[in-house]
Order: sequence, then structure tokens, then C-alpha cells
Amino acid sequence: MSGANPVAGVVPVRLPPLGLTLAWAVVGLVLAWAVVPGLFAWQDPLQGIAGRQLEAPSLEHPLGTDGLGRDMLARVIHGARESLLGAFLAVSVGLVFGTTLGLLAGARGGIVDAAVMRLVDTLLAIPSLLLSLSVIILLGFGSINAAIAVGFVSVAHFARLSRSEVLRVRRAEYVEAAFGSGGRFLAVLWRHVLPNALTSVLALAALQFGSAILALSTLGFLGYGAPPPTPEWGLLIAEGRDFLATAWWLTCTPGVVVLAVVLSAERISRSLGARRT
Amino acid sequence: MSRHLAQRLGQSLLVLLAAFTVAFALLQALPGDAVLIKFLDSTMGLTADQIAELRIAYGADAPLWQQYLHTLGNFLSGEFGYSIRAGVPVARLLAENIPPTLLLASLAFGVASLLAILLAVLSQLGFGWVRGFARSMPPFFVAVPVFWLGIMLIQVFSFQLGLVSVIAPEPWEELILPVLTLAVPISAPLAQVLIRNIDTVLNEPFVAVARAKGATHAWVLWRHVARNALPSTLTMAGVLFGELLGGAVVTETVFGLSGLGGLTQQAVANQDVAVLQAIVVLSAVAFVAISLAVDLLLPLLDPRLAVRPAGAA
Amino acid sequence: MKIDIAPRLAPAPATTVAPLLEVEDLAVRYASGGSVRRVVDGVSFSIAPGEVLALVGESGSGKTTTAQAVLGLLPANGAIERGAIRLDGAGISRWPEKRLTALRGARISLIPQDPTTSLNPVRTIGAQIAEILEIHGERDRSLIRERVLDLLSRVGLEPAEMRAGQYPHQLSGGMRQRVLIAIAVALRPGLIVADEPTSALDVTVQRRILDLIDELRREDGTSVLLVTHDLGVATDRADRVVVLRNGAVQEAGPVRQVLAAPRSAYTRQLLQDAPSLATPRARPPVSGATGIALKVETLVQEYPVPGERGRLFRAVDDVGFEVRAGTTHALVGESGSGKTTTARCIAGFLRPTAGRVLVGETDVACLSGEPLRQFRRQVQLVFQNPFASLDPRQTIAGIVEEPLRNFEPIPKAERERQVRAIIERVGLPDSVLTRPPAALSGGQRQRVAIARALVLRPRVVVLDEAVSALDVTVQARILELLDELQQDLGLTYVFVSHDLAVVRLIADTVSVMRDGRVVESGATEQVFQAPESNYARELIAAIPGMTDEARKAAE
Repeated sequence: MSGANPVAGVVPVRLPPLGLTLAWAVVGLVLAWAVVPGLFAWQDPLQGIAGRQLEAPSLEHPLGTDGLGRDMLARVIHGARESLLGAFLAVSVGLVFGTTLGLLAGARGGIVDAAVMRLVDTLLAIPSLLLSLSVIILLGFGSINAAIAVGFVSVAHFARLSRSEVLRVRRAEYVEAAFGSGGRFLAVLWRHVLPNALTSVLALAALQFGSAILALSTLGFLGYGAPPPTPEWGLLIAEGRDFLATAWWLTCTPGVVVLAVVLSAERISRSLGARRT
Repeated sequence: MSRHLAQRLGQSLLVLLAAFTVAFALLQALPGDAVLIKFLDSTMGLTADQIAELRIAYGADAPLWQQYLHTLGNFLSGEFGYSIRAGVPVARLLAENIPPTLLLASLAFGVASLLAILLAVLSQLGFGWVRGFARSMPPFFVAVPVFWLGIMLIQVFSFQLGLVSVIAPEPWEELILPVLTLAVPISAPLAQVLIRNIDTVLNEPFVAVARAKGATHAWVLWRHVARNALPSTLTMAGVLFGELLGGAVVTETVFGLSGLGGLTQQAVANQDVAVLQAIVVLSAVAFVAISLAVDLLLPLLDPRLAVRPAGAA
Repeated sequence: MKIDIAPRLAPAPATTVAPLLEVEDLAVRYASGGSVRRVVDGVSFSIAPGEVLALVGESGSGKTTTAQAVLGLLPANGAIERGAIRLDGAGISRWPEKRLTALRGARISLIPQDPTTSLNPVRTIGAQIAEILEIHGERDRSLIRERVLDLLSRVGLEPAEMRAGQYPHQLSGGMRQRVLIAIAVALRPGLIVADEPTSALDVTVQRRILDLIDELRREDGTSVLLVTHDLGVATDRADRVVVLRNGAVQEAGPVRQVLAAPRSAYTRQLLQDAPSLATPRARPPVSGATGIALKVETLVQEYPVPGERGRLFRAVDDVGFEVRAGTTHALVGESGSGKTTTARCIAGFLRPTAGRVLVGETDVACLSGEPLRQFRRQVQLVFQNPFASLDPRQTIAGIVEEPLRNFEPIPKAERERQVRAIIERVGLPDSVLTRPPAALSGGQRQRVAIARALVLRPRVVVLDEAVSALDVTVQARILELLDELQQDLGLTYVFVSHDLAVVRLIADTVSVMRDGRVVESGATEQVFQAPESNYARELIAAIPGMTDEARKAAE
């Protein structure tokens, strides 16, 4: 229907959808929190003010103060660094190892493929929380170890997606045509297979970034991540929990922040054309 | 068909063996004698004889491959070793803790399925904003931290509204909020897959043919779409088992329920490797069994899968 | 095999009979991504009881949309803007969905385009035929069963008992289309909308399916709205024809009249470009002086049968032919004939199980690794689907330049010069160079694919269904281009096609293939005028729109 007549008076307008703009805004803001927290929070996230514990939100403390009199807003803002760094590390681990394994399996085929895929099956057969807990037992508690544990779990997802993408692209006619016009294996891989397979891998990375933040906050909540008094979102929720009846906002706000960031990551991933596995 | 079954079964066993190996490698092999450091802790009050006995029981003196075979043999005969902390057989701990978790998980899965179906139906039959709402819910549900949701539910339903008692609740009352907490994140991927499948099937030419026969929208949804959207939703349901178990661990921790969650928490906190290893391997067994069952069920729903590639063209 | 052409000779249906269906000044628009497009604009026609009306047009002409509007089954983003659709005098275009559902299936029914996806894969054939009876109120189980078996044997699916219990994937495409026809005629509707009912089928199957539709509609006195891109099918099967372009009617009238004296320029163009209606232009005789460019000898290609260890399927069985330099040899056959496999062996994409493929002195079948790569300069393949064979992330310049970068280094400026030259040679403007494939039309993309194949100056070009996915007018231009290039550059073509009419226009010699074997070969005109094998005769007779003389000659 290429030759369709445009109806007069209707001007096609192309704005990015509102949700997506919002998602990028959220991610941008949180990123800024992580890089220059001082710009957003004037109060000290670690040093409490004696006698000012558990205050309700006010102009001075927009999100109130916690059980040690620390400004909650400052703690949430400074917590971004911990969470984003952790998620970044986790996604990098998954992306690097998973994609390498997947590319290898997809491009080589045969026994390499079979071995990698059985490994992926195995990693997927163990519930992800248990798998990351096992890694944490091996490495010990701490924020970096938690991030590695979360990344380890996502290796299987990246491997499976990148393998299937490579297989899809390899079967594509334009790849065959590239071989047909005399392309060498590596040249074709570099010019055609990689760029076309990486789009979905990138989308998965965005999705996994959100999942990693979620998983890290869970580990933090359970007490396996960053040790107190580090401001970490999951830990903030755990700390606030003790004052739930009197100061519910201490628990509520960090959770809302996590929710917003994860939701944004999902939305961005969708806009990148995620092919879910 | 039977050859396919045998092949599939062999593959499952291979995955299980590999899962055991991963668990062994992560928990037992790499930290070396970390297990024994625990026993030497004077607070445990073990005598040298007892420690030596334990060493033999664990086979910790033997080379790694012997330990591996020994542990594997033990697992195969249902012998999961001793909990370092509780000093009782892991098997007994599991027997005590699995039933409550199983109850929680299956109730949550049931609620999640209902929720997913409700969202899927609303996404098709709802009007205007209801459709949009039903479609925007799943990503939202996925993004909610489970533990936070649990806490928020307690805050709203127990503290604010006083609907569900947290102090000395009835057994059924005790489960309401945990089941809801666990059901929300599980329902999301189910609803997503269901909605996506329904959308895909609705665009299939055979739906146009059905409508050209004079079928109404409801008839098409019920007679054509449901059966075709089911198989991959079922596959998804099988995959979600891991999420369900992980979610149960967190939920039990939040609500202070006894079950696998508490057990896992304690095992990690105390480096109680034998317990964690048993839990990991058992959950892999459950996962593999579920996906095998799903695989065998699929041909009943989709006749194209009943015949293996042999004659299909 | 005899074609009944009586209806075409009968006088046009008398206008005194009240029309069954009237479409008046119909306009349909689609909304997508904030913009609105009108795809049908002021279309009017009517169908008398028992009449066959063909709606002919290329892609984007609005023919399918018009048919969907008649059924009241426009996609969710489509809407009737103005105009009326009247069935038996009642304006149904404004009817609520509820009233329409009673009409669909009972008074108007549909034969869809693609039989492979038009049946529900998880329900039996019997259940899907029974469904239309159930929807329209039949409750008696045994009566339904009886009707289903009756319908199955009526469309020639025997034994009906067994067929009723089968699932769609157990039937061939032609058999599935028979099931869909059984559904369409089940309630003896007044009008059947047949939307490209045979486009996805092989020619011989197409002929039998069209015969079946003809036979059934005549028995029941049903009218047919036949939507087709194929002017040949329209002239064979319709009483009257409406030619659409860009959503508007170009021409309408009795088939004979439109064929003999088309009034619009577009219809004239269509008639000229339709391969089956065009008179084959005499190709210059092949001079015996030129050498053999390509020689295929006792070619065999076997594949393991999936799921059955040790069993082999022979896709190509003892195929051999010669092609003289500067000529075109066609491999023609239906799906599964082994023509594409043969082509891929020639282009070096498949290593044959046995046999030789000689290009000049080189045996392609023995090459691998670097020698094979070097050899690719001599034989190039052009794929069927120009949408899939171009990397969506490259620019046109990048695509055409790539083959040059694969061989000995050429300075960038020289590469650019060659790319520009070849792009101009295939009739594309310079401005396409910086664009991605997505910004080009199907025909333009196929020109790019041809340019990519020619930039290495190959001796042999294998064209695998290279014009099959294109509209007839575009197809005709590409065929002209191929012809010109052959004259100018002395190229040798291997032209793989399922379409005999196209083959007749472009090929000097032809091999007719079936089940992996060559059943007949020779000079193209000779094969067409006096086919020796039964299969070739059947294939030629099945070409829609062939002149009666040609058909008689073949039979």
C-alpha cells in the first residue's frame, strides 16, 4: 500500500512516546545521582543528627530521617551509586561471558554448541536466587561479590539469546549473499552477523540492568550485599522495616525508587526491540 | 515417540548431573576445607574424635574426585549429609521445611494464574482505558521488589486497615499476605506471555477465516485463541518455577514463616554448605521434572508436536 | 483436459436482474502511527447473482481491502470513510457487528489466500468444517457429522471419514485449500469472496483448485468476487473484471472487452506486462559459434531425512544440461522439483553428493576454501527475496561495494567509481547510494541485488526466482533490464522459476524438472509449442490466461 493517498488535514506527528521519555528521564536522574550525589543531597548520608531520629518528611528533610537521625533523601540519592555500580558490574559480567559463550556456540556449532547449551540449561535449572546465594557463599558477603553473583546468574540468559540471534542472522539471506560475493568468514561475521545480532543483546542488557538492580536490592535486603552503614536501596528498606508502624515512609521511598528504575529499564529495553527468551 | 521420550529423559538426567556438579564445585570443592574450619570452632564443642568422625563422614580427607563420587553416591541414595549448625541430618530439615513452602508456592501459583488470566481477559474484552491498564500491569508487577511489596502489604492491610491480623493470626490468615506477595511477581510474566500469544494468534489468518464463518469475538477467543495460546504459556509456567522458589525464600523471610526460605537464610548466614547444596540440587530436580512434564504435556495440546520431524514436511 | 470457456462467450448478465452485491463509491482508510492513509478511494462495482467478478490489481491497489470491507472484516485500524455496500439491496456497511455475524458464512463466505496458515493447527479438519454449521445454529451432532463428510467428498477429499479426523499439518497445501473451499460452500452462500485463493499454490494445483471453485459455484449458482494479482487467472475465470490501482478503479467491463480494447493506459500496460498474455518476443537465435559457459553432468544431491537415521532423500537426481555463453537457460518446475538445489550447487553454495558442475574448465563441485572463494567472482547468485538478501544495516553503496572489498585491494576512489557506474547501469539514481534498503521499493531492491552480483563482472549469473516476488509491471522492467545486461555484457544466465510464462519470455533453452529429475529439455519455443512429456504438457496447460490456441497446441 505504498501508493496510498494521505488524507488532507492530518499531519503525521512523530514524538517519542511519553512513557519512553519518562523512562529515560528516570534513568538519567538516577545516573546523575550516582555520579554527583552532592548536587542533589546537601545532607550527610552517613552521619546522623542526634535527637532528630525518625522525623516525618519536612522541608529540611523531604523524606524524613531514619532511626539514627540521618537524612533519608541523602541516603536514597547516595544509594544510587551502590546500586548502579553493582548492576553495571553484574550486567558486564553476564554480557561479556554470556555473549562470548553464545557467539562461540552459535558460530562454531557442533560439540561446542552442545556443551555450551547444556551448561546454559544447567544454570537455568537452578533457581536464580539460590544460584547467586551459592556464589556468595563461595566469594563471601559484600557489594562486589553480590554483583558478581547476580552477573553469574545472567550469563545463561545472555548466552542463550546471543546464540539464537547468531543462528538467526547466520541463516539470513544477506549473510549467505555476503559469502556468495567472496566474503571471508571473519569479515562476514564482523560486517553482518555481529551488528545484526547485537541489537537484541543490547536490549537484553537493558532489561537485565533492571533485573540486576532488583536482584541486588533483594540480596541487600537479606543482608548479603553492602554492609551497613552503606546506603544501599535494599538495605534501606530492611532498616526502615523496623520502624514500619511509626515511620512507613522510610520503607516506602527506596522501594518506589527501585520500582521506578526497574520499570524504566524494562521500557527502554522494549524500545530497543527486546526479543525475550 | 518412545525414542523421543528416552532422549528427553537422558538429557534431563545430564542436566541434573551437571547441576549437581555446579553445586558441588561452588559449595564444596572450591573453598577447600572451609567446612572443617567451622567444626574446629570451639563454641561448637566438638571433641577431636567427633571431628575425625565427621571428616570421615564427609569424606573430606579424600581427593576431590573421591569426595565428588562419594557425595554423588550419597545424594543418589537420599543421604544429604548433616547440617553443621543444627547437627541433624539435612534430610530431616528438608522434610520439616518443604511442606509449608510447597503450600505457599502452590497457593501463590494458583493465585498468580488467576491474576494472569484476569489480566489477559481484560486486555482483550475490556473497554478503553481498562485494556491499557491491563496491558501496563505486567511490567509494573515485574519491577516490584518482592520483599518491599510484602512489607507494604503488611503496612496497608495490617497496620492501616487492620484487615489481616499479624499478631497471633489464624493459620489461613497467616498465609493471605504472603500468597499475595508471591503471586504478584509470578503473575506478571504469565500475563505477558498470555497477552502476547493472544495478540499473535488473533492476527493469524485462521482467525480471519473463523470470523468469516460468522463467529463472534468471544467465540473466536474461546474456540480458537485459547487452545493456541496455551502451549507457550504452559512452557513459561514451567520456567517460572525457579522464580517461585526464589520468591518463596524472600517472602518467608519477610513474613517470618518457617519453610525452605528460613532454612536457606540460615544456611547462607552460617555457611551451612550441606544444607544449601541439598536445597540447590533438589530444586534443580524439581525444575527438570516440571519442564519434562510440560514437554510431555505439550503434544496433547498441539498435535503438530505429537509427530516428531520424521514424516512432517 | 478441457477448459470450459462457455461463460466467457455468454452475453454479459442482463442489467435487469437485481444485483446481489453493490459497492458504491467506497472509501476506506487506515490509521497507523498518527497518520491516516486512504487505501480505497471511490470504488464502485456490482455483482449479479451467479456472476464471477475479478478484482485485479498490484500490491497496494486496495483490492484486498475492498474484499475485507465487503466481508465487514477490516483490520482494527481500518474504517469505511464513505460509500455503501449493499447485499440483496440492504446496506450492510453500517450494520452492527452482531447483525454481520449472522450474515458471514451464511450469505457471504471467504476463501482465503494462504491455505497453510488459514486453518487452526490444533483442531481437526472435521471440527473446522463443523464449526460453520454450529455457529449458524445447527445442534444435531449426527446431522453435522453427515454434512461434514458430504462436504469433504464434494471437494474431493476422500476417504472423507479419515480426512475429517486429520489435522491441517497432515495435508498438503492444495488439500488444505479444498478444506477451506468446503467451509466456504457449506451453507450455500450467495457470494463467495475468494482472496487470491491460489497464489500460494503450484500451477497445476492452482488449476485444479480454480476448476473446483468453478464447478461448485456453478452447481449452487453462487456469485464469486475473485481478488487476484494475476490477470491470467482473471481472464480465465471471471465474467467481468475491475482493474484497481492505488485504491481507485482504472477500468471495468466484461473480460473479453477489457482484453480486446482496454481503455485506460494502466490496463494496457498491465496487459502488455503480464507474462502469460504477452506474445513472446522472438529471441535472437543462439549462435552455435559461442562456447559452452556452464556444463552440469549427472548431478546428485542427497540429504539425510531428519529423524530417520541413515535414510537419504534425493533432492536432485542425475541432472545434466549445458548452457552456451551469452544465453539463458531456465530451470523450471513446481515446489520440490529440485530446481533451487541445482541452482545452489552451480553457485557453489552446496557441495553436490555426486556429479560435476563445470564453469569453463573449473569443476565447482570440487572447490572449497580459498579456491572456492576466488571462484565466486565467476558465478553470482541473485536471491528470490530482495527484502531478505540485503543487510538492513548497510547503505546501498556499502552493499554494492562489498564484493569489491573481498578481493584484491582497489583504491577507494576507483571502488566508488565502479559502484556508481553499476548503479547507473541497473537504472537507479545516484541518490539511492546513501540510503538503507528499507527506503527502497521491492523492484529497486532487486536492482541493487543485481548490481551487487554484477559488480565483480561474473561470467554466469544464477537467478533464483529473482522476479517471482515482484508485481507484474515491476517484473517486466526487471526482465527488460536482465535482457539488456545480457546483450551488453555477454552474460550467461541460469534462470530458476516456477513461472512458465516468465520463462518463455526470457529463456533460450529450458529444463523442466520434477521430483529432482529433468523430465524434458530443449529450446524454449520448441518445448512450449510441442512438449513431449505429459508433465510438461500439463504444466503448460495450467498456465492461467494462455491463449486458447497455445493451450490447444500444448494438449
